[in-house]
Amino acid sequence: MRVHFTVNGRPQQADDVWEGESLLYVLRERLGLPGSKNACEQGECGSCTVRLDGVPVCSCLVAAGQAEGREVVTVEGLADHARQRARATGDGSSGTSLDEAKGWQAHGADSRTGEGAELSPVQQAFIDAGAVQCGFCTPGLLVAADEMLERNPSPSDADIREALSGNLCRCTGYEKIMDAVRLAAARQSEGV
Amino acid sequence: MPTNGVPAKITQGSGAKGGIGESTLRPDGTLKVTGEFAYSSDMWHEDMLWGQILRSTVAHAEIVSVDTSEALATPGVYAVMTYDDLPTEVKHYGLEIQDTPVLAHGKVRHHGEPVAIVAADHPETARRAAAKIKVDYRELPVITDEASATAPDAILIHEHRDDHHIGHVPHPNIVHRQPIVRGDVAAARGRADVIVEGEYTFGMQDQAFLGPESGLAVPEEDGGVHLYIATQWLHSDLRQIAPVLGLPEDKVRMTLAGVGGAFGGREDLSMQIHACLLALRTGKPVKIVYNRFESFFGHVHRHPAKLHYEHGATADGKLTHVKARIVLDGGAYASASPAVVGNASSLGVGPYAVDDVDIEAIALYTNNPPCGAMRGFGAVQACFAYEAQMDKLAAKLGMDPVELRRRNAMEQGTLLPTGQPVDSPAPVAELLRRVKAMPMPPERQWESSEGADVRQLPGGLSNTTHGEGVVRGVGYAVGIKNVGFSEGFDDYSTARVRMEVAGGEPVATVHTAMAEVGQGGVTVHAQIARTELGVAQVTIHPADTRVGSAGSTSASRQTYVTGGAIKNACERVREKVLDLGRRKLGSSHPAWAHAELLLEGGKVVTDGGEVLADLVDVLGDEAVEVEEEWRHRPTEPFDLRTGQGNGHVQYSFAAHRAVVEVDTELGLVKVIELACAQDVGKALNPLSVEGQIQGGTTQGLGVAVMEEILVDPVTAKVRNPSFTDYLIPTILDTPTIPVDVLELADDHAPYGLRGIGEAPTLSSTPAVLAAIRAATGRELNRTPVRPEHLTGTA
Repeated sequence: MRVHFTVNGRPQQADDVWEGESLLYVLRERLGLPGSKNACEQGECGSCTVRLDGVPVCSCLVAAGQAEGREVVTVEGLADHARQRARATGDGSSGTSLDEAKGWQAHGADSRTGEGAELSPVQQAFIDAGAVQCGFCTPGLLVAADEMLERNPSPSDADIREALSGNLCRCTGYEKIMDAVRLAAARQSEGV
Repeated sequence: MPTNGVPAKITQGSGAKGGIGESTLRPDGTLKVTGEFAYSSDMWHEDMLWGQILRSTVAHAEIVSVDTSEALATPGVYAVMTYDDLPTEVKHYGLEIQDTPVLAHGKVRHHGEPVAIVAADHPETARRAAAKIKVDYRELPVITDEASATAPDAILIHEHRDDHHIGHVPHPNIVHRQPIVRGDVAAARGRADVIVEGEYTFGMQDQAFLGPESGLAVPEEDGGVHLYIATQWLHSDLRQIAPVLGLPEDKVRMTLAGVGGAFGGREDLSMQIHACLLALRTGKPVKIVYNRFESFFGHVHRHPAKLHYEHGATADGKLTHVKARIVLDGGAYASASPAVVGNASSLGVGPYAVDDVDIEAIALYTNNPPCGAMRGFGAVQACFAYEAQMDKLAAKLGMDPVELRRRNAMEQGTLLPTGQPVDSPAPVAELLRRVKAMPMPPERQWESSEGADVRQLPGGLSNTTHGEGVVRGVGYAVGIKNVGFSEGFDDYSTARVRMEVAGGEPVATVHTAMAEVGQGGVTVHAQIARTELGVAQVTIHPADTRVGSAGSTSASRQTYVTGGAIKNACERVREKVLDLGRRKLGSSHPAWAHAELLLEGGKVVTDGGEVLADLVDVLGDEAVEVEEEWRHRPTEPFDLRTGQGNGHVQYSFAAHRAVVEVDTELGLVKVIELACAQDVGKALNPLSVEGQIQGGTTQGLGVAVMEEILVDPVTAKVRNPSFTDYLIPTILDTPTIPVDVLELADDHAPYGLRGIGEAPTLSSTPAVLAAIRAATGRELNRTPVRPEHLTGTA
């Protein structure tokens, strides 16, 4: 079958999709977006978390056909998503802000290291706080944490733990992940 | 879509600055948070096929027949291979003993053993084709424990053993046996005022790394193959793969793909040979990715163990003797069992001084899942038991458990039961003192102005209690782990370091075969090069087999050994750069000939701080490159009869204090805090050190309260191969983990560092168990504990 949906703001189409394929499989193997991870493929670990029409879901449990006509945001689109949200919820002044204008200028990212890539606050906080070790859980955690901060800009520790309880991490013991989300929330509230 | 997703995005960059001792950020961090880091399961190649493994549905059986015809006839299938299709006479592999069949021949010995492999153009086609292979099994009785393994009429798991352990084991279903005998236990027993005995059970733990076993094998024009793979040791894989393929090692090229965690579970081969076989058979690139179900069958687990201990002490709390018998279930194939036996026995009394010791450790061959390496490697099981014994002894003596440990704590110079002196700081008492001195978490944190916050209570959002029946308990434990490969193993690492001018500044490139599995080796290796060579820009070359072996990313050894190799290679590069400077510029300043010269900030400086030259001018357009092997101090095997010998390189110590709250009516546990104090020698990267300690602590927490692979005792089949049924700690299960890092240098090691990754996994589990015992008053001789153990309804 053929499926169409929007991924990170861009219309996408996949052909020859077998009906049993998951959204995760189509993203990873047909659309060249392997950022969403395949750790359990049974909806238990959260490493494949994406936003489907804004709602965080395990993309391994969504049949590709169910995404037809809908909007998907993956970790690859998280920085853009955060930037657009910041614009939409900005200070309300009219015209083009300098920051916004800078967003349009060409910025090269080192193809090997990704250096220079523009990151969302939560992505930057994960790096700064040491919340990334092997990194396999990271994309799902970032999508989930970003969604929580969108809903709840000043979460308590218990709020953070509850929101991220569907995302398994085997490396960090979660302490640095807690630090990262607290850091992202603090930076967000200070407008950094 | 790119036509080829293979080699990009696995280079580690150079952006984050920082030398040793600084919390430098990961060079792969940006790629990992943007989803661009290329893990082994992300590999992609135009025209690639998908491989699938057919695994045995029974644990022990003769294979009567295998019929692949229907699978082969399935549209989209390119190849089906069984044992009969293996290309050479080498049809087995193994880390130490080559007892593991590439594909089963005549017999399967455990549930989930590979029988056949399929390549097809879609993963679902490959799965369905594999399901069409008909295997006729004639089932055999299963061997599941020591009694059935060593019964007089026991079937031999391996009929024709010719390995180097067969000569000293009491039964062919015992892989290896290591006694450790020191002093005179019978006489010491007579001096004991109190004696405590205990029988302990340690469940089978899974590494549960999140990145599944996966990789891509690409056939090459010269008849060889290039394998992009997640592993812990490229060269160990290579040594096992090449003979099965019938290729010289230089025709099997290996590049490390992104690794999604390891924890010991990637020391053994998984899909490596199968992918290469299918790629060479079909002439097409073949990708294999396990799903989680298969991953539970696709790697070895932590040995479950039965441990019997006897401890004696005088009335003032000095240990008189320790007797122990440790039975590890190695499952169907040897994997790392012999070395696990060596650790469990030699570290079997823990970080305590005791002169009279009688320990025996064995690993069994059974039809249970194969067991091998996992973080802590033999020392974990022993620590669970000896720490329970120390608490039991303290209770019998009426003594504070930390005080009892302090009175027996090992110090620098103490002899291990192997007779080996501990010749570096051993701050066991100090770590206990520190962890005990940490502030306690407040009581009844669930109480708020709006009533009970159930998220802070045992049972959590299940809303099982608002505090009724909830009792707090506190427990302590401390452990000792060896660092590096022991028992005479030639445990070396190779580093290639190159220095040249690029973009107008001096740049160092570090090339090793070190497997970055998430631990942050790439970060500290770049830090070492920056510190030693005084340059800002360091590129970590992708790990591959075009450079010599770096040894395994295990045994807490990579910062020590590959870090040591990089430090050594940097020193040699520095000498060569200074020689070059002397040749080119030596006449310009007398200090070139006479002063002690350093490389700092991209310049050659004297030890007095005077700048002699820019490295850019010294190097010009020349490159200086060194590749050298580096070794730590040699070790020796343990005597097979007495266990005496200088078998270990270095030790790592950690202590934990666990605070738990138990709903004693329902048997539910909430761990409130798990504080850790650890001596790390020198924290090369303090942020990474904390991350290792917290991560290791959490894996110890998991096996205390939830993690266990359940094997049916009648069929030897695995009952819970999924994350639905095998539980690892979530962020709700994991408490705050305050860390106190002590840095007492080990003068034998580079920068005085200690390997750190494993020690926190040891003491975490017994500390949690001790705290639960304190809360419930129950004996709790097995881990993980289950609700029925805590309510007395088991």
